[in-house]
Amino acid sequence: MISVPLSEKKLLDVKLSQLPAWAGTRDFTPNGILSAIRRGHDRYFNKYINVKKGGIGGIAMLLTGYVVLSYIWEYDHIKHDRWRKYH
Amino acid sequence: MLSRLVFLPASALKSSGSLGAGLVQAGRCLHTSPQTQAPVPPLPEKSGKVRHGFIPEEFFQFLYPKTGVTGPYVLGTGLTLYMLSKEIYVINHETFAALSVGAVLIYAVKKFGPGIAAFADKLNDEKAAKVQEVKDVAVKSLTQAIDDEKKEQWRVEGRNMLFDAKRNNVAMLLETNYRERLHMVTNEVKKRLDYQIQLQNLHQRLEREHMVDWVEKNVVKSITPQQEKESIAKCIADLKVLAKNTQAKASL
Repeated sequence: MISVPLSEKKLLDVKLSQLPAWAGTRDFTPNGILSAIRRGHDRYFNKYINVKKGGIGGIAMLLTGYVVLSYIWEYDHIKHDRWRKYH
Repeated sequence: MLSRLVFLPASALKSSGSLGAGLVQAGRCLHTSPQTQAPVPPLPEKSGKVRHGFIPEEFFQFLYPKTGVTGPYVLGTGLTLYMLSKEIYVINHETFAALSVGAVLIYAVKKFGPGIAAFADKLNDEKAAKVQEVKDVAVKSLTQAIDDEKKEQWRVEGRNMLFDAKRNNVAMLLETNYRERLHMVTNEVKKRLDYQIQLQNLHQRLEREHMVDWVEKNVVKSITPQQEKESIAKCIADLKVLAKNTQAKASL
């Protein structure tokens, strides 16, 4: 098994102890962030949407993510509808 | 923490390419450099597998070695119960709205999904067929052009034979013309020579006849009447002698 330098490893191949070191090698400039968003978008788009026979999963996952994210953003407001004060 | 990011190596900065104005909604990378001459790969047939409509199959495969088939479902149940019990997810009026909307959505997708999918596929197929037809027509016309070109080349070879035949014809015409003229020349020359011969013959005849006439005339002139009488008397005497001879011979 040839050894790959830490900066070029994929996230799922990085051991937990190496995670901070790995995060240090990532590119956090605005250009870097934008290109990371672009790469993520391309991966998702080419896997689930830009196909001949796409299913409901492509947009369903996006909608689910939107629902979850909006719930998280509204949690401070929803907290007041809790049925019990102590859990 | 951001101060650490200032000392990033230059190679990381190089790897971040600059984006165009706005995010271009292109699925595959455009062939911007002249080196990529390979044909664009075709679209994948099916999307990534998704279970229950919104959980990617990779999640189930990720948990399968450690927890088997029921792992993700147990995880899902545990998480739901935890969130409900700790009221991280609060049940309020929106829950019932979400449940109703979810039910309607799921029913609609299950009922009309395949129909709409077939319709969209038909549209796509029509588009693809139209483009394919353009390509087929172009290919057909080009192959037709190639065949016509080959036929023209074959015809050119035949033209060489045509030229040979024509050349032969012309040569034969020239030959016949030359022979005709040769004949004509010989005939003319022969006629001229014959004329000269006739002329000479005529001259000789005229001279001969003239000479004969002149000799006759002179001889006749030279016969004097005296000589004429003597010759006539001689002739009569001769005749008498002859008659006597024949009478003698006849009586014998």
